[in-house]
Amino acid sequence: MNFKSTIGLEVHFELKTKSKIFSPSPVTYGAKPNTATNVIDWGMPGVLPTVNKDVYRLGIMVALATHSHVLPTTHFDRKNYFYPDNPKAYQITQFFQPLARDGYVEIEVHGKKKRIGIHEMHIEEDAGKNTHGTNGYSYVDLNRQGVPLLEVVSEPDMEDPEEAYAYLEKLRKIVQFTGASDVKMEEGSMRVDTNISIRPAGQKELGTKVEMKNLNSFEHVRLSLAYEEKRQQQVLLSGGKIQVSTRRFDEATGKTVLERVKEGAADYRYFPEPDIAPDHISQEWIDEIAASLPKSAEERYNDYVNKFGLKPYDANVLLQTKESSDFFDAALAAGADPQLAANWMNTQVNGYLNDNRVSLADVKLTPEHLAEMIDLIKDGTISSKIAKKVFAETIENGTAPKKYVEEKGMVQLSDLSVLEPMVKEIVDNNPQSVEDFKNGKDRAIGFLVGQIMKQTRGKANPKVVNKLLNQELAKR
Amino acid sequence: MKITITEDTIRHVAELSRLEFGDDEIGKFTQEMDSIINMANQLQEVDTEGVEETVQVVDRDTVFREDKSEHWQSKEELMKNVPDEANGFIKVPVIIEKDDNE
Repeated sequence: MNFKSTIGLEVHFELKTKSKIFSPSPVTYGAKPNTATNVIDWGMPGVLPTVNKDVYRLGIMVALATHSHVLPTTHFDRKNYFYPDNPKAYQITQFFQPLARDGYVEIEVHGKKKRIGIHEMHIEEDAGKNTHGTNGYSYVDLNRQGVPLLEVVSEPDMEDPEEAYAYLEKLRKIVQFTGASDVKMEEGSMRVDTNISIRPAGQKELGTKVEMKNLNSFEHVRLSLAYEEKRQQQVLLSGGKIQVSTRRFDEATGKTVLERVKEGAADYRYFPEPDIAPDHISQEWIDEIAASLPKSAEERYNDYVNKFGLKPYDANVLLQTKESSDFFDAALAAGADPQLAANWMNTQVNGYLNDNRVSLADVKLTPEHLAEMIDLIKDGTISSKIAKKVFAETIENGTAPKKYVEEKGMVQLSDLSVLEPMVKEIVDNNPQSVEDFKNGKDRAIGFLVGQIMKQTRGKANPKVVNKLLNQELAKR
Repeated sequence: MKITITEDTIRHVAELSRLEFGDDEIGKFTQEMDSIINMANQLQEVDTEGVEETVQVVDRDTVFREDKSEHWQSKEELMKNVPDEANGFIKVPVIIEKDDNE
């Protein structure tokens, strides 16, 4: 029997704000427990939430980037549940009137383009973090309480794990290039829950869905969905029934494990949040945000390949993060040659970042430095060998390349009035090499170049030296 | 229209609220809740045909706050109300079961 899979994804993005969604507490990562909280986060009696404008702005950016329809009127709702990570005993979210609806993301799998619908996206507050001890106690840190989240709920449009993977990659890239979120799964700024059901081919109504939570990489999403497809098929083929349940992915075995069976629908007693008045989003504001939207990865790719003539591979490497793409764009704005800038970004710069486990924001190299160094290479002031030394100094200490080259006397020697007599002298002093060269031993020229490099302490322009040597040898 | 509150309703709400009651209490609360709900239920007699649902009684929009971070209370101040703590964390009895997000 053939089966069809139906997959839907819920993705939470932490929105990149300085303060929390309903209180001015700072948003931090890795701060000491309970140091970034205030009375609002703790849900003390009498406090009132106030809405952070940037949470809406960033949310609307993502809505626009995914062709979603921003609702002109939204309001917040309370989702009631009792748990120690949630001091108010309710989460403020948008249940009845979300931020936006009816968007889509276009993916390409196996050479086929497909639109994955976005059902809705809403903004809400994150809960605190619970750590479970083995001694019968849990430990609560409320720093994360109130951190703004954007939850993007897809339509159940995906039919296999590859499509789910492609959707996640695309969605991450879209959100990343709006600048609305850091989209780092390892730091929890992007979190993925999946839903999957299967049904025999030809059957109209969907099968029973199983939910998987807290998947910590895209690869786990793909593997767990692939495992679930097979597991559910086996259950159905052996006459069993799929239970409405939540499962988790076990990294060690590559299997999914039952967490709990759901009995009846969850009962959150949603009702409109009385402490926050409704929000009317003006078309004017939406237009303003649309005008400020950074270029998408797709637009940038087109520019890189079609306008600047970069190789597709190089363009894709640059577009792995918004930071590197922004850096590259800024280097170009400072006058850098596009292909040379791409080469340096993708080899030397990335190499340095990987070796030192740092990001572009952590190093002292600026786009202007890169442009300046590339200019020095292009006009022959320094050789690419010297450039590596200059680069090491600049990225490490932030020294301006031109200044460094001048101070250290690294300027390449291209002056004919100096090099010509030198070449003549070297050729005169090495008759054996001249003989070898005439007998067809090409290596002889390498020896002579080496002699000149030795005499100039590596500063002679190799191109000029080669040309002069060839001219001189032809005369003999 | 009269609403009937049953013992099962009370048990369900008690579970959602993580409250534990004895059988005698359940009976008492069922009666009390029934009369409270049915008192409020008199509102159902008002004709609301064609009236839009009221989400907010304040006739104004939310005033947004600019995204600036501020430190209000220190950890020490906030932790004064915590019955038990360890290494800066709030210490609570372990609860693994939860209906939603981790």
